[in-house]
Amino acid sequence: MSVSAPKTGVTGNILSSDIYGAERTAAAPFGEALIREAETNPRIVGLTADLGKYTDIHLFANRFPERFFQIGMAEQNLISVAAGLARTGFIPFATTYCVFATRRAYDFIAIGAALGSANVKIIAGLPGLTTGYGGTHQGIEDLALMRSIPNLTVIDPCDATELSQAVSAIARHEGPVYLRLLRGQVPVVFDPDAYQFEIGQARLLSEGTDVAIISTGLMTARALKAVAQLSGSGVSAALLHVSTLKPFDTEAVLALVRRVPRVVTAENHFTTGGLASAVADATVDAGVPIHLKRVGIPNCFCESGSIPYLVQRYRMDSEDIAAAALEMIHK
Amino acid sequence: MSGGTDVSTTATSITSLQLHALSLRRHVLRMAERVGQGYVGQGLGIADLLTVLYFREMKYDPHNLAWPDRDRFLLSIGHYSIGLYAALAEAGVITVDELDTYGADQSRLEMAGSEVTPGFEMTGGSLGHGLGQAVGMALGVRLDGRSSRIFNLLSDGELQEGSTWEAAMSAAHYRLDHLFAFIDCNDQQADGPPRQVLTIEPVHSKWEAFGWDTQRINGNDIHAIVNAIDAARKITGKPHAIVLDTLMGKGVRTFEERDKNHFIRVEPDEWRLAREQLEENAQLKTKRTA
Repeated sequence: MSVSAPKTGVTGNILSSDIYGAERTAAAPFGEALIREAETNPRIVGLTADLGKYTDIHLFANRFPERFFQIGMAEQNLISVAAGLARTGFIPFATTYCVFATRRAYDFIAIGAALGSANVKIIAGLPGLTTGYGGTHQGIEDLALMRSIPNLTVIDPCDATELSQAVSAIARHEGPVYLRLLRGQVPVVFDPDAYQFEIGQARLLSEGTDVAIISTGLMTARALKAVAQLSGSGVSAALLHVSTLKPFDTEAVLALVRRVPRVVTAENHFTTGGLASAVADATVDAGVPIHLKRVGIPNCFCESGSIPYLVQRYRMDSEDIAAAALEMIHK
Repeated sequence: MSGGTDVSTTATSITSLQLHALSLRRHVLRMAERVGQGYVGQGLGIADLLTVLYFREMKYDPHNLAWPDRDRFLLSIGHYSIGLYAALAEAGVITVDELDTYGADQSRLEMAGSEVTPGFEMTGGSLGHGLGQAVGMALGVRLDGRSSRIFNLLSDGELQEGSTWEAAMSAAHYRLDHLFAFIDCNDQQADGPPRQVLTIEPVHSKWEAFGWDTQRINGNDIHAIVNAIDAARKITGKPHAIVLDTLMGKGVRTFEERDKNHFIRVEPDEWRLAREQLEENAQLKTKRTA
């Protein structure tokens, strides 16, 4: 289904993604994918901290009530209980919002889950600017926090297709994972028959020679539009989609930057500590020259507001990615 | 102890348990003397509970630690690991010789224990983690239809961590009557007694209010510990809290009597005295029992 734009100037509800104007969406891809996996894998269990309906895991709870544990508003305990379940051989998928998982339960993720590589899957909703509820609800630094924890795999999927495939991949992967969630009606950007997500694998979505865009999460959908806009201006832009932030696909990034050293990163997150920092780390470590411009959230607590307003306010749209690329080329 | 034997049903005399407890205390002194310091007060104070758990109550196989039907012991309080190492050595999970590496570089027996050591089910030490993981394990073994039970050791100071109470609520909510929490009240935390740091009393009624079957006993009385666990086992539909009033340094008079310290530093010449006092105390107890 397609979703029309909301009344402008009104604080956005708890949404999922930039669904406005999306040509195609899928309903609750995480919940549906988890049910599919759980049908064949009896070790999968689900947990939430009073956000079942808001993280789409209520579908799993309805289908497998005996394998679902409501933990209540207690995120530290959510992660601890999940770690305990993992240590008895289960594969717990624990859902809450990015902000509550990473800010409130950090020590529990680091020590309870990651130190001993417990097989815990943390599914975190409202990444970046996918809610208009302001500083309390917008997960703007979660990737930076999670990237800094040893043993933890960190994934920011682009769309419904990749999210579904990631659920399947992380269920089969032994070890702790932090997966950013897109909920509700989620855009379908990648063709499910053509795209194949793999943990740790970046995907070159467009070949180009003038500028390289490296993007993650829902920003890849905007980056695809930016590539088309740039092409209209006669600029050849490569696009590398990096949905796994950790382990980072250094090889793919370096191969691209060696060919095209003018790089724009695009992420639904602070421009420090996330994708841009990972790209900078990789290129500096390898001594590969890079000219980098970063599109993302500046280091501030963001305003409340409608999603279109916030995207415009923090310069996170496809036009902003294209403008950064043009600025770099014409400098 | 071998896999499949439910130790809790075999009669083990109190005297035999007291001998194990003495042995645990000897191990604790041996470890602490090697490094000249450590959490010796906690190790001596908790030896009686660990003895009852490892030599009477818990079913486990020291030669197959991954046995899925085992009972699980979770040490929230990582700095008490000196006590658990002693129990694990006494139980044959690790060798007594390995105790000499306590706190040494590259040793598996870290001063704040973690899951790198065999027999450690989780990493404690960052306080407030144990009970939540115990709840997860209790849900897990129940989902698998196993008869395993989960035992978690917390401390009085640890009750100040809010996550403990999140876990306490969930244990009662899920009616985890195969979960046992032991709260060691030795009246000492890093900055002093809890009543000066942050009041935690009334401990008994707090657990009761959170929906737990609760008892409070002398945690250095093996007979009382045995009776409390036996009584708890009969209560269904609720998790069990057993609050233990213990004496830091129990069994070694000079440690029992000195100003209470969270982390005891001992002068080199005091260790011989400590060992002698432990043996004297044990002989007195034996005479009394006889």
